Amino acid sequence: MPSAMPQALSEPALQVQDLTVTGMPSMAQIVREVSLQLQPGEVLGVVGESGSGKTTLGLALLNYCKSGTAISGGSVVVDGQDATSLTGPELQNFRGNVASYIPQSPATALNPALRIGTQLRECLNDDISRSDISARVQQVMGEVALPADKEFLQRYPHQLSGGQQQRIAIAMAFIPRPRLIVLDEPTTGLDVTTQATVLATVRELCDSYHCAAVYISHDMAVVADLVDFVAVMYSGEVIEFGPMAEVLAAPKHPYTGRLLLAVPDLYAKRPMVGIAGYAPSPMDRPAGCVFAPRCPLAIDICRSTVPPIEATGARSFARCHRIGVPLPTPEHRTHRPESETRSADALLDVRNIRGRYGKNVVLEDVSLQLRAGECLALLGESGSGKTTLSRIVAGLHTNFDGELEFDGQQLPPSSFGRTADQRRRIQYVFQDPYESLNPRRTVRDLILQPLRALKSPIAEPNRIVTEGLERVNLRGDLAGRYPDQLSGGERQRVAIARALVTKPDVLICDEITSALDVSVQSSLIELIQRLQDEMGLSLLFITHNIALVRNIAQRVAILQDGRIVELTSVEDAFAENAHPYTRSLIASTPNIAFPDHSPLEELHDEQPPAVPGPSRI
Amino acid sequence: MSVEDRASAEEQPETIQPKGRKRTGLLARSIRQRRAQVGLVLAALVILLVLLGPLFSPYSTTQFVGSPFLRSSPGTLFGTDALGRDAWSRFLGGGQTLLLLAVLATILGVGLGALMGTFAAYKGGWVDEFVMRTGDIALAFPEIVLALLFLSIIGTYLWLLVLLVAIAHLPRVARVVRGAALSVVERDFIKSAEAFGTPRWKIVLTEILPNITGTLAVEFGLRLTYSIGIVAGLNFLGLGLQPPAADWGLMINENRIGITVQPWPVVLPVIAIALLTVGTNLVTDGIARASAGIGRGVE
Repeated sequence: MPSAMPQALSEPALQVQDLTVTGMPSMAQIVREVSLQLQPGEVLGVVGESGSGKTTLGLALLNYCKSGTAISGGSVVVDGQDATSLTGPELQNFRGNVASYIPQSPATALNPALRIGTQLRECLNDDISRSDISARVQQVMGEVALPADKEFLQRYPHQLSGGQQQRIAIAMAFIPRPRLIVLDEPTTGLDVTTQATVLATVRELCDSYHCAAVYISHDMAVVADLVDFVAVMYSGEVIEFGPMAEVLAAPKHPYTGRLLLAVPDLYAKRPMVGIAGYAPSPMDRPAGCVFAPRCPLAIDICRSTVPPIEATGARSFARCHRIGVPLPTPEHRTHRPESETRSADALLDVRNIRGRYGKNVVLEDVSLQLRAGECLALLGESGSGKTTLSRIVAGLHTNFDGELEFDGQQLPPSSFGRTADQRRRIQYVFQDPYESLNPRRTVRDLILQPLRALKSPIAEPNRIVTEGLERVNLRGDLAGRYPDQLSGGERQRVAIARALVTKPDVLICDEITSALDVSVQSSLIELIQRLQDEMGLSLLFITHNIALVRNIAQRVAILQDGRIVELTSVEDAFAENAHPYTRSLIASTPNIAFPDHSPLEELHDEQPPAVPGPSRI
Repeated sequence: MSVEDRASAEEQPETIQPKGRKRTGLLARSIRQRRAQVGLVLAALVILLVLLGPLFSPYSTTQFVGSPFLRSSPGTLFGTDALGRDAWSRFLGGGQTLLLLAVLATILGVGLGALMGTFAAYKGGWVDEFVMRTGDIALAFPEIVLALLFLSIIGTYLWLLVLLVAIAHLPRVARVVRGAALSVVERDFIKSAEAFGTPRWKIVLTEILPNITGTLAVEFGLRLTYSIGIVAGLNFLGLGLQPPAADWGLMINENRIGITVQPWPVVLPVIAIALLTVGTNLVTDGIARASAGIGRGVE
């Protein structure tokens, strides 16, 4: 296998050879035979869906394993030092000074009891003089674009915003001037505008310190703008590695190709395509290629023999038997939302809502209409009040002034005050399917739950459950399962099936894909679109993802700090004369631009060219 | 949505677990621990003795078989008690009432306490404040003193004894259950049930309570241990069963004057009560550990 590895150019900053991390006591290989190489100043993106082993790999680069796991083979050489052989004080010195780590959530990574200045100074060795320390602190604060004055350094983490906290975490990692820095999803949970500045900071610091960085992310679009190289992980293996531009232009592994297609395009130039099935667990891998069960190109050899690492360029490789075989046109995909809404009648009329949490006003004078058969997106960053608004409509948040009207009738604020028919016709799908399904109920019980609560007669429960599951593309035999026996995507489908079992007119989708992987997200969006067509649903689609809005909605309401700053057709929101806030959201959202004549781009050539319809508002 | 929400969704282990994963219930996981196994054997031993004992007792519990405080002899295995009755026969027949009263009081106390705690957690606001502060006041009185007070005023009725022990458990159970329920009431499936218009009492019974069974099992075991102790104690003090009934608490009281001459009528019930409480406690401890995930293995 090493012979297939690309040749070293000079002294690499990071050299990983056949690294394997094993879980105890199952002996499952969470990370399997990973080999990577990185030169100083280069940024490597590690991309993969949840459970693919990317965080485990990131931690293993610092010779750190979570309890119950251990590095069982291979080596990690950083700047000439073999990390896997270090112990005790040497290892301590290695972590931080040679290789440092920026964790996912700055809110939990910073010590809430220590001032940020103290935390920054802690990251430096004792052998540095006091004046040097404060000089370094001043310098690094400037580099992460934060004020370096005394007052600011005396603050506690909770006195900073999420973006500032993450920049402090970055400063802590960079202050000892390490040779390698591992960033584990540092921008997940940050708003797009904050994310853009954090990403720019990381890139600048890597360039100026000539430091190698490993950037772990589940979001291909974020990585595409930032990194020089990309390693795509799937079920613990790096299945493709190469320069980002090359991978974007011509992905060698079918998973990489399909993963790229699953990312929603900000301008909806191409449809979103999900990947059916789910990634195998490290305890239960298939015999041949790990991706074979989901791969559209799989042939017999893929199912029987593990593909070897095959060099595909000077510094790129893929693990696939079918390198070079073009992907077939996907069968399922989203379609571009029709620009014309089917009806001008307002089904749901929300007037002058002033929503409060306790005494805090979180929504100010919000009015919008949902027309029959349309999809209205509610777009906003965290804290903009979009979930509060959706819960007010669903009757789950009653602390507000203003009026709700549904189908010509007054809608009482609390769901308990509404008539059974009103409750039946407005259904809500929650953000996180891990939270919204009672773990003690079977899928069958969950699907029948709304019918029982509405006291509607249930003539043939078995048929209702089977139909409900089939409607969301789930097998009928899942009815006996409990939620913890389902994957995240399956759970969300059950939640959708449950909402649809009452045959509602309005479906409120509160960030229904934000807890799920992109490949699953695309399948869900596809499903929601199909169901909307079949059942004539009106959708209120709440999201923070502007690219999704473009791919599903006809109209969009943009919320900023509890006010609607723009309510317009999606085309107009993307036009030059849109509201400045909308423009800034679009500008900060990373987007994958395929190079011209990319094989992925050509997959959709037979699609009719998009003609922007006349906007009607 | 906060950073934590997304992080937790990302970290969910379920997505990497194999599909046909064997479901192992809380009890199955509890009983795999050595402590729980030992506890179960101890408790089962005493319970079997209580249930089947009377079938094997050589004499009636009230039959006089010889002079008081006789040492062991071939006819009377553990000698006689203060009034010359067979100690072994009285021991075998003296556990049923104690166990029955303790179990009844526990079911009543934990059941009502759980409902109160869950309801307080779910309703929140002034209801929560009222229930919990009333509980705080009740907590200020020691369980046994409260029971003594009412039993001596109203009279020594067994139903009153059960009720008093149950009431003594109420605030303690309610407090613990409320704590466990607080994390459940915040979850989205409760909101979802509200959106469907599920009545609130049904939400308490079918959505919240099934998700705190671990806590309930632990509370039940713990309160059972206490109930056994309190009921035996009240019997000892003469506020429960009355002579000539055979009862472990009563036996200890009646025969303690002769403990130097003939220890068996005191030692037998003491050992039984000790084994029973230690046993139930060990089982409870096992359940608590299993539901907290201790000793589950690192994966």
